[in-house]
Amino acid sequence: MSSPILKLIAQRIALGILLLLAISVLIFAGTQILPGDVAQAILGQSATPESLANLREQLGLNDPAYVRYFHWLGGVLTGDLGTAMSSGQDIATSIKGRLWNTLFLAFWAAVVAVPLAIILGLIAVRYRNGWVDKLISGLALASTSFPEFFIGYLLVYFFAVKWQIFPAISTVYDGMPFGERMQAITLPATALTLVVLAHMMRMTRAAILNVMQSAYVETAELKGLSAFAVIRKHAFPNAIAPIINVVMLNLAYLIVGVVVVEVIFVYPGMGQYLVDHVTKRDVPVVQAVGLIFAAVYISLNIIADIAAIVANPRLRHPK
Amino acid sequence: MADDKAKPGQPKPGVLLDIRNLRIEATVYPPGEAPKNIVLVHDVSLTLEKGKVLGLIGESGAGKSTIGLSSMGYGRGGVRITGGEVILNGRDILKGGKEGFRKLRGREVCYVAQSAAAAFNPAHRLMDQVVEATLLHGTATRAEAEKRAVALFKKLSLPNPETIGERFPHQVSGGQLQRVMTAMALCSEPDLIVFDEPTTALDVTTQIDVLAAIKDAIRDTHVAALYITHDLAVVAQVSDEIMVLRHGRLVEWGGTRQIIKEPRQEYTNALVSVHEIEHQEQNPGATPFLSVKNVTAAYGGGHVKVLKNVSVDIYPGQTLAVVGESGSGKSTLARAITGLLPPEQGTVTFDGRPLANRLADRPKEDLRQLQMIYQMADVAMNPRQTVGTIIGRPLEFYFGMRGRERDKRVAELLDEIEMGKGFVDRYPAELSGGQKQRVCIARSLAAKPKLIICDEVTSALDPLVANGILKLLLNLQEHEKVAYLFITHDLATVKSIADSIAVMYRGEVVRYGSKSKVLTPPFDAYTDLLLSSVPEMEIGWLEKAIKGRRMASAGN
Repeated sequence: MSSPILKLIAQRIALGILLLLAISVLIFAGTQILPGDVAQAILGQSATPESLANLREQLGLNDPAYVRYFHWLGGVLTGDLGTAMSSGQDIATSIKGRLWNTLFLAFWAAVVAVPLAIILGLIAVRYRNGWVDKLISGLALASTSFPEFFIGYLLVYFFAVKWQIFPAISTVYDGMPFGERMQAITLPATALTLVVLAHMMRMTRAAILNVMQSAYVETAELKGLSAFAVIRKHAFPNAIAPIINVVMLNLAYLIVGVVVVEVIFVYPGMGQYLVDHVTKRDVPVVQAVGLIFAAVYISLNIIADIAAIVANPRLRHPK
Repeated sequence: MADDKAKPGQPKPGVLLDIRNLRIEATVYPPGEAPKNIVLVHDVSLTLEKGKVLGLIGESGAGKSTIGLSSMGYGRGGVRITGGEVILNGRDILKGGKEGFRKLRGREVCYVAQSAAAAFNPAHRLMDQVVEATLLHGTATRAEAEKRAVALFKKLSLPNPETIGERFPHQVSGGQLQRVMTAMALCSEPDLIVFDEPTTALDVTTQIDVLAAIKDAIRDTHVAALYITHDLAVVAQVSDEIMVLRHGRLVEWGGTRQIIKEPRQEYTNALVSVHEIEHQEQNPGATPFLSVKNVTAAYGGGHVKVLKNVSVDIYPGQTLAVVGESGSGKSTLARAITGLLPPEQGTVTFDGRPLANRLADRPKEDLRQLQMIYQMADVAMNPRQTVGTIIGRPLEFYFGMRGRERDKRVAELLDEIEMGKGFVDRYPAELSGGQKQRVCIARSLAAKPKLIICDEVTSALDPLVANGILKLLLNLQEHEKVAYLFITHDLATVKSIADSIAVMYRGEVVRYGSKSKVLTPPFDAYTDLLLSSVPEMEIGWLEKAIKGRRMASAGN
């Protein structure tokens, strides 16, 4: 590791932090612009003006917006995400378990989807323009074209209702044995895999095809390497940066975009938590979840950037 | 036409490669027409004995590379071998199928590509790539193969032979990479190596080193070689026999001495005498119209100085040639004059008044007076515009010509570049390389400039085509009284076209003056190196040139 790389990486991280701060401002401003009054929402229509004023004072709602922003930001940085209005519970505590559940689901979906997409992409390149390639592309595109709720219900219909292999509702709880937990998340993980597969697969295929035109691929062919070895050893390492990028985008989607899938399978993750509290107009929760989603998204993209930098031999081994 | 060496029959003893009536076809998909088959190689036969070198020579499209690659059963981009036999070591490899090809590639036959910089995988270390074929075919263990590779690096006079294998391709210069690629080909101890223009992409001063290294390696390892190039002078240094090809057909085949001294075919004769253009040097006039004075320019915010205190003058209707190897600052000088790279110090004066440093600050009239022509004509034109639109653009932009007036002028310009009216509606993709460059010339002429900067305009062209372009430029100069700043690394071109010459080396003008003065001894060390590195069509020139050198080349 040399200093230009460290400098580039430090730049990316600094940029990410800056971006996250900007987003926190946006989230805070957005929730302020929304009509309605938090005190009114908590106390209901029948509240007396005095109790409303008291609560406002208590919640600090009379302070100017920037003071409240820094107050909120300070809380976030010290792990205090505030209190949910609807239930009065501490947000950080409720989110911890749910974030863990969401990451668990996303992790296993990624473990299946990423290698599968890349291998399918490699195979598609190996048999490019032949029937294998068209079949892979066709199936992947079809699975992406179906809305995820439709795929979810199809899975439920066949695997839960008709054949009764997996549960239709993915209930998980603390202390659940690993095997049962895995069984519970099989269907939502499958639905997620099918949703993200095509994007990664087609991007892998396109990125590799792009470098298949290079002179060094011809060199490899003229050494007598088999077609698949040429793709794996010589084309793939040079296509890694765009592939990592699209993989990270999809990983981010697995975490922040699971709302619909979690609702379908009644999975106690972040998405469901968010949807519940959006319907209850619980602003602090929406803010907290929004910020966490933004952080996940930004960090994964930073990782993609850093991986692309590290994957470039010109940066890793300067002249 | 040719020697009748390739009669069908028993393979002769000592014959390594025997290609008989080779026919190669490809399917082309012309826009708007049905796909059609074209024949790239028409029934070509050749034989190559063990340890001998056969040079394949011809213009682009002659089928040289296609024939060379057929010895490995390889066809680029959908090219198909549709007839004939390729007999290697006594068996027809075309009957071996894919598996057979894979066994012989990298084992019996190896390939050295034109641009080693592109042919090495940027993601892997050199050593891993050099020994890859040897390990794949299981002819040596990794340790043995690496030992062999280091020995070859030494033989090819690469610096730090023990450690150069640990480097990545981007950490090694172009000339060194070309030698590493030769080592890669030799590492699996093949019977035949196909060298496909291995020195064409290099500077002359580098080419001579690589050429010598390749020649020594061939001699010491007794490997046979097909040496493909369009440069007869180069191939004359390394090959025992030369085969001249044109449009996929055999023109002439004979010993090296016979081909270059007593060519029997007219086409071969044209190739041999290609560089001879008579150009009488003009005396510089009283005052130059464009003067570059003490210009210093840098990239990267002043960090990398690429021009150091450069001063040259250009006289009306004359040609200043700027020569030097890549990285010497030739093109940067053009960029400084045109304002694309504003100089840090120094001035450019035009007609007695200073030109604005930055392109954006120059009035339209100044822009009109300085036009450019580039090396890659095909990327210098919008592929979606017709020739008429491309040439008409400057007429509209600078002179406000419209309609019939513009079309008439476009027709005149097409006439001047010796391309008839029929080309007005063509698209660049429908033109040959030489025609594309002619259109670029017409486009720059359309602005009626005082100076045209020609940046390596003939480097990407075949010698005969390049010759035509040079003649055209000289004719145009006579008629239009336009001056040229002619940037090139090719000294033969300089001799044909220049009135004065500036030799550049590492950002400085090391020698400057009229053509006769610059090309007359005594020389400074660099000009001597440059001049002595230009291949001459003379057997034994290479050894003589290497012996007589006073300084090592910079970018080897």
